[in-house]
Amino acid sequence: MYRETAIVNESEVTGDLVINMGPQHPATHGVLHLVVHINGETIRKVEPHLGYIHRSIEKMSESLSYRQFIYVTSRMDYLSSHINNHACAMCVEKGLQVEVPPRAQYIRVIMDELTRIASHTLWWGAMAMDVGALTPFFLAFREREMINDIMEETCGARLTMNYMVPGGVMYDLHPLFQQRVKEFIKHFRSKIDEYDELVTGNIIFQNRMKGVGILTKEDAVSYGCSGPTARGSGVSCDIRKLYPYEVYDKVQFDEPLETAGDSFARYLVRLQELRQSMSILEQLIDDIPEGDIQAKTKAVLKLPKGEFYTRAETARGELGVYIVSEGGTTPYRIKYRSPGFSNLSALDHMARGGKIGDLVAMMGTLDLVIPDIDR
Amino acid sequence: MQTLTNRSKPVNRKPMTWLEKLYVWNIAKGMAVTFIHIFKRKATISYPEQKRSFSKVFRGLHILNRDEEGRERCTACGLCAVACPAEAITMEAAERQKGEEHLYREEKYAAKYEINMLRCIFCGLCEEACPKDAIYLSQTFAPANYGRAGFIYGKENLLIPNPKEDPEGFNKARGERVMS
Ligand code: SF4
Ligand code: SF4
Repeated sequence: MYRETAIVNESEVTGDLVINMGPQHPATHGVLHLVVHINGETIRKVEPHLGYIHRSIEKMSESLSYRQFIYVTSRMDYLSSHINNHACAMCVEKGLQVEVPPRAQYIRVIMDELTRIASHTLWWGAMAMDVGALTPFFLAFREREMINDIMEETCGARLTMNYMVPGGVMYDLHPLFQQRVKEFIKHFRSKIDEYDELVTGNIIFQNRMKGVGILTKEDAVSYGCSGPTARGSGVSCDIRKLYPYEVYDKVQFDEPLETAGDSFARYLVRLQELRQSMSILEQLIDDIPEGDIQAKTKAVLKLPKGEFYTRAETARGELGVYIVSEGGTTPYRIKYRSPGFSNLSALDHMARGGKIGDLVAMMGTLDLVIPDIDR
Repeated sequence: MQTLTNRSKPVNRKPMTWLEKLYVWNIAKGMAVTFIHIFKRKATISYPEQKRSFSKVFRGLHILNRDEEGRERCTACGLCAVACPAEAITMEAAERQKGEEHLYREEKYAAKYEINMLRCIFCGLCEEACPKDAIYLSQTFAPANYGRAGFIYGKENLLIPNPKEDPEGFNKARGERVMS
């Protein structure tokens, strides 16, 4: 429901000051609108207002064919667009009961991990910028650029890759792909130490992050948090571990976990995930099997009558795709369970009783992407 | 700590030494990292004076293709418009008259062919759907315009130069893009 709100207001009931943060605040990364009730410096309540970038992707997908709707989901969580496409493609494949060729599976997982690294590095830069450090933002973009170049060479686009098709991937790998990825890993291994030196080990940064926005394990579960947000609170919820898809059961990696549940814990988990993603890449990159990149599918896809659900671990958490099919060429109903929405719902709980200056530090470590929340 | 998978690993969190706890030292260290970058190789290019080339599969703005004799390939079959998830393509078909064989390759051609670049999501499905190899996405990008109407590309914007009259322009417009 739309409600007119002045920029600064006073609540009639409690006498708290009501401030609008966003929808154009630089730290809200897009068009998140937070209505913050404060008493002095203390936050009493945070009310996220959504809908500024709602494009009704779920409804739109109902009129698109099973080949087409996958590409629209690139616009949901644009930082892990490849993983969104992947989850959708897996759901269609589940309905069609197609087996994806091993080569395509390897390519998909490698691309997923590259996307995850790109997303986490961007988060790292943006979050450091939120708490007042500008240089990390530029450093992060430098590394992300390398991934974007790799993506461009193989997928044909830099951000919204549209590389998935039901049954496989669209093109074969660029001849230099493996070499580029190895170069990138070598480069990034040295840079991530620089990240640690510059930001993680910095006492000023730590003092801003530690003990801020504490989310206990029970709360993380009851708010339905997932991904690094929940893992920072000690909830082990990595879909890649719990319900391995594609070739994730063949690789060895750790699921980083923290128990403190504060902003710094979430920060450490994400940085650790970067290292884990690199080790996954290293394990896979050398033995991509030869073979087909697409399974044979009909030109017009028809899912049998029924309901299909798949999930994938995006950079932000668990993305669920739920398709209800009536047997036609278009889905009857599509529902996305987006990680950002549930993670945002915990913000109010985390922020209550905290200081207004810490709100940005809490929000930054939730890694919110607004189109993912609104869809 | 109770975990679900027993494959998860707690993150290492060492206590800080007294030097690491010093604010001045940390500021100096941060400054040093920043300062060193002045002497490193530049990570950016000076766009638009310098331009980088795109990869061979890059999906940029569309072009409408001609064959070697300069005839338009498109037959206005409408398959691209059906395949498009963004409903960006509209067209009107017309029949080829006598004496127009040198203009259009097939008996039917697109009298009007419009792509709304604001709707387009550059997915490349139109290119995949086309049976006549008539539309494909080129390596150009960055359109800028004063109004929305300018983003609706008609045939005059999409058709590439005639290879007979302007072979150089034809090759340039086609670019190096490989079609899969
Ligand atoms: S561009 Fe290709 S698919 Fe589209 S109408 Fe012309 S011939 Fe048909
Ligand atoms: S690239 Fe995709 S969105 Fe754009 S016109 Fe072609 S099919 Fe439509």
